[in-house]
Amino acid sequence: MSMNRKTKSKIEVTFIYLFFLIMFVIIGYPLFWAVMMSLNPGTNMLVTDLFPDNPTLEHYKWLFTDPKSDYLIWYKNSLFIAILNAAGSIVITSLIAYAFSRYKFVGRKYGLYMFLLLQMFPALMGMVALYILLNTIGLTDSLWGLLLIYLGGQIPFNAWLVKGYFDTIPKELDEAAKIDGAGHLKIFWTIMLPLAKPILAVVALFNFMAPFMDFLLPRIVLTSPENFTLALGLFNFINDQFSTNFTRFAAGAILIALPIALVFLLLQRYLISGLTSGATKG
Amino acid sequence: MANNQNERKAGISQPRNIATLLSILVPGLGQIYNRRIVKGIILLIITISFLVTMWNYIDIGIWGLFTLGTIPQEHHSIQLLLQGLISLIVLAFGIAIYAYNLIDARKDAIAREEGRPNPTFIKGMSNFYDKGFPYFMILPGLIMLVFIVVLPLLFMLALAFTDYNQYNAPPRNLLNWVSFDNFVNLVNVDIWKDTFFSVFTWTIVWTVVATTLQIVLGFFLALLVNDKRIKFKRTIRTVLILPWAVPAFVSILIFSALFNPTFGAINRDLLAQFEIMIPWLSDPFWAKVALIMIQTWLGFPFVFALFTGVLQSVPSDMYEAADVDGGTRWQKLRHITVPHVLFATAPLLIMQYAQNFNNFNIIYLFNEGNPPVRGQNAGGTDILISWVYKLTFETNNYNMAAAITIIMGVLVMGFAFYQFRKTAAFKEEGGRY
Repeated sequence: MSMNRKTKSKIEVTFIYLFFLIMFVIIGYPLFWAVMMSLNPGTNMLVTDLFPDNPTLEHYKWLFTDPKSDYLIWYKNSLFIAILNAAGSIVITSLIAYAFSRYKFVGRKYGLYMFLLLQMFPALMGMVALYILLNTIGLTDSLWGLLLIYLGGQIPFNAWLVKGYFDTIPKELDEAAKIDGAGHLKIFWTIMLPLAKPILAVVALFNFMAPFMDFLLPRIVLTSPENFTLALGLFNFINDQFSTNFTRFAAGAILIALPIALVFLLLQRYLISGLTSGATKG
Repeated sequence: MANNQNERKAGISQPRNIATLLSILVPGLGQIYNRRIVKGIILLIITISFLVTMWNYIDIGIWGLFTLGTIPQEHHSIQLLLQGLISLIVLAFGIAIYAYNLIDARKDAIAREEGRPNPTFIKGMSNFYDKGFPYFMILPGLIMLVFIVVLPLLFMLALAFTDYNQYNAPPRNLLNWVSFDNFVNLVNVDIWKDTFFSVFTWTIVWTVVATTLQIVLGFFLALLVNDKRIKFKRTIRTVLILPWAVPAFVSILIFSALFNPTFGAINRDLLAQFEIMIPWLSDPFWAKVALIMIQTWLGFPFVFALFTGVLQSVPSDMYEAADVDGGTRWQKLRHITVPHVLFATAPLLIMQYAQNFNNFNIIYLFNEGNPPVRGQNAGGTDILISWVYKLTFETNNYNMAAAITIIMGVLVMGFAFYQFRKTAAFKEEGGRY
């Protein structure tokens, strides 16, 4: 009887591992395929092999050295927006979240509802207006214009997230500081910010990665190749002649995916705990 | 005694009423009457500068909002519309300051009636700082939010009620308000009606099927990894999260190549062995199947990670109690694990549905909404948002795009309302977790 249960359990475990194995293949195959494509010589997709006879790094070299390649400029543009977006969003959202978490003021409740509602509307819904707006203030085809849209668009979701986290910091802490004579800003600076580091890291990371991954807004806002971000540049790479540029695209894409995936895997624990604590307690 | 005095001074001549009245007439005057000279002068200066700088702009803006211009080629309807909406927002800020001025004048007057001394200038400033602090904190973000998120949405809302399209566009033509014509056309004109209904149905099917699949797969995998008998948990988790870590646009474009019928590996390397060729990109049905499979691949790791976190917080004594009562594995799953996990993550799961509803990236990057369908102006895999994108940037049907956006907005709002109620219900349960 006990022997029987043991074998049953063993069979079960084997099946579970087998299932994981299938999942690994499904997850790994497309990524592995892209890596192998980037090592294929030439740009003709019709003659590519999963295991090329003579693998080459020529596409990587092309991206960095060929005068026709804007890859480095795109990388620089993306980094520029990513860094400013991460820094700016932390400043803006933490100020808002502090006010909403710790103060009672007219319009507080409706402000919170507004955040919750607005995070359901992607920037996409206002894209015509955004385009015309940027046109009127002369910020089309400008990285600053794009940055402005990112900064404004992230407010509802992130303010909500950070406010949820601030709510979990005991109020007694700032009340004690107030009795000791600390002002509003001092409490914010010396108590709230240090304690909220995990969620601020999450916000910074999200907003750092967004410009690397987003493709739509850059496509609407940016028009000249020297202003492109990586996502947009790479998309245009293959958009026109899909079958002839894919190997190059694969090389360029891997060079973005690798650092992002690494950072992501290293920080995933914080990401998830930040998300759950911020969003479920909101 | 004090009572008598109050009665004698009741009515219009009561200081609080005089102060309010003066502030209604000229903002700041009531404050000066209250002997709060500095505050009064500041308010007066703000009022004057507001009127001097904004009067003209708002005047033209409001006029433009109603008429959309009267002289073709000279008046630009779209710019007038934009100016009108900005005027409304600026006006709202102005009214807020005006209202503050009234309330403040009355409050100070009441304080004086009750014989409380006027605070010193320093004290007044520090009071103002204390009271105003949350507003100062919010102001920069609020201004950005209003102009970058709210204004475009209002503009979109307005466009839906105009006749702005490729053939009727400023500066050549003036636009007109057409009330609900665009919405009526959407359900009456054949090409719009057919397209709208087929895109709408596919959007709903897409949202429900793709999201549910990714949630179910994520949940199932989280359960398996959480099993006590499984080893190498960290490695397994890391691999399973990989699709989330790779930027989505990269993965989607890779899949787009994989499914390509001429050089993609799926037809050429895998299915060719069984002598099957599937038209993944040119047949609407197979393109939809491919899209749902890709979204499942992309979306399950988030759910998996979320559930893994929550599963570890299920109190083990609940399972032990169930064991004592002889509960089967299925019963434990149904009555302990699922309620616990859903309870803790419901808002985020609902957000997943909302995200897929608006998942422009995958539809557009995979196949640009293609293949084309006869008798329709949207592609076979277009969902509402990618259709809106095409209408806007490819065929310049701004009015119809805006009308469809509004319909999407209403749907999303219904969804949001549902979420409000859910979260409210959570709070009433007293935050069990």
